[in-house]
Amino acid sequence: MATEALTLSGVDAYYGDSHVLHDVSFALQPGRLLGLLGRNGAGKTTCMSTIVGILKPRRGDIRLFGESVAGLAPDVIARKGIGLVPQGRRTFRSLTVRENLVVAAQPPRHGEAAWTLDRVFALFPRLKERQAQLAGSLSGGEQQMLAIGRALMGNPRVLLMDEPSEGLAPQIVAEVGRTIDRLKAEGQSIVLVEQNVKLTLNLADEVVIINTGRVVFQGSARELEGNEAVISQHLGVF
Amino acid sequence: MMVQITSAQAAILAVNSIALGGLLFLLSAGFSLIFGLMRIPNLVHGSFFMLGGYFGVTFLDRGVNFWLAALLSAAAMAVIGGLIERFLLRRLEGQILPQVLLTLGLAFIIADICLMVWTGDPWQPSPPPELRGTAQAFGMFFPLYRLAILGVAVVIAIALWLMVDRTRLGAMIRAGVDDPVIARVMGIKVSQLFTLIFCLGAALAAFAGVMGAPYLSVYPGLDFEMLPLALIVVILGGTGSLLGALVGSFLIGFLYNFGQAMFPDLAYVILFLPMVLVLVLRPQGLFGRVEA
Repeated sequence: MATEALTLSGVDAYYGDSHVLHDVSFALQPGRLLGLLGRNGAGKTTCMSTIVGILKPRRGDIRLFGESVAGLAPDVIARKGIGLVPQGRRTFRSLTVRENLVVAAQPPRHGEAAWTLDRVFALFPRLKERQAQLAGSLSGGEQQMLAIGRALMGNPRVLLMDEPSEGLAPQIVAEVGRTIDRLKAEGQSIVLVEQNVKLTLNLADEVVIINTGRVVFQGSARELEGNEAVISQHLGVF
Repeated sequence: MMVQITSAQAAILAVNSIALGGLLFLLSAGFSLIFGLMRIPNLVHGSFFMLGGYFGVTFLDRGVNFWLAALLSAAAMAVIGGLIERFLLRRLEGQILPQVLLTLGLAFIIADICLMVWTGDPWQPSPPPELRGTAQAFGMFFPLYRLAILGVAVVIAIALWLMVDRTRLGAMIRAGVDDPVIARVMGIKVSQLFTLIFCLGAALAAFAGVMGAPYLSVYPGLDFEMLPLALIVVILGGTGSLLGALVGSFLIGFLYNFGQAMFPDLAYVILFLPMVLVLVLRPQGLFGRVEA
């Protein structure tokens, strides 16, 4: 069996005394897209924070291509190859578009095609036009592209995207969807955190649903699509 | 209450204001970057200034060239600053109040050690020989050395600006000021930046201490006279902003000198009132950014 790109096994995490992730386990296969769904406050972003090292897991293990990264510092985890498109985008507002991309650059790992400034600009021509502008002056959609481009500049082996469609107009959501599809086609392993079930089911191979910090469903996107009971019980939509 | 001053006095006050502004910039540039990046007011910063001054006068006493003495003092303080950051502040990472209290404790410790080593007498070295004279302009004489302080401050301001604004390292520092958590997640070694900025800030403060010695002299209590000035500069200008530190420094330089000369009874009101107004009306400072 090939090594999984990312595995969480039995992860418990706390904010102070409050137990926010309970025994969370799932695995992302290389080159696949795993959709992480759940209601507001279900623990999706906490899960991302734990993977990137902002929050240290109290128990359990997190492995990147077989190598444990649990408990490492965020900058070490980033350089090992986990990229994050944070919730709310969180671009460096007082830096220019170009600087936002440059500060996040990491050398590519052996044998992998490198993301460079030119390739990011080719993916998002709008960013190239605005490269000298301050990130804080960009529109929401442009900031989202910048946040994606910035994560790609780190040449991540696994890309985590936390609600990239949040707060965007429908046509921009569609554009973000096409971008994710393209990254996936290039073999990028992706975890997509979303509240937008439709977008996720269109893109994902596997789906994990989290509710109150626990994994309550795990299966293929096709499986979930036909399971309206699970969807309405845990996501409260459709 | 207001003391009338002549235009000749005003001209001298202006030169003094510019000289003090230059020193304050060297002091507050590092203070501001440390505040912006590490989110702590470094209360030991005034002590770096004073201790730097004492190191400088000690080197000068041994016959070392003035500029070399200033550089050696800055280098020594960079090492001390680095050790403080790496071995003391780092252990309290993320705990802002304990970090601030630690810097306050260190300030008291340094003050006592300085009193023991350099006694309670003020030390006032001569300016470097080439800058001992006066410059004549508009029928008045201006001390050359005070003008030189301005020149040095401008050169350092430009160098700092180039580093912070034009290099990838500078962009990383600004990214860390903007959002330290996400900067880390993007692979930026924010802890190393902390050490670097702390060393740089300490070195600049010490350099300013030596530069200031022929003008202000070095004496016990200088540390806690300079610290509030740096604090006001940074609150006025905005944390983490070099331009803010520059403008704030000269603003305070002028307010301090003219305030003391013209409104001696209200010197502190004139100094601190702008700070209070900025805190109330524009808490991010004149050039600071609003926290996202």
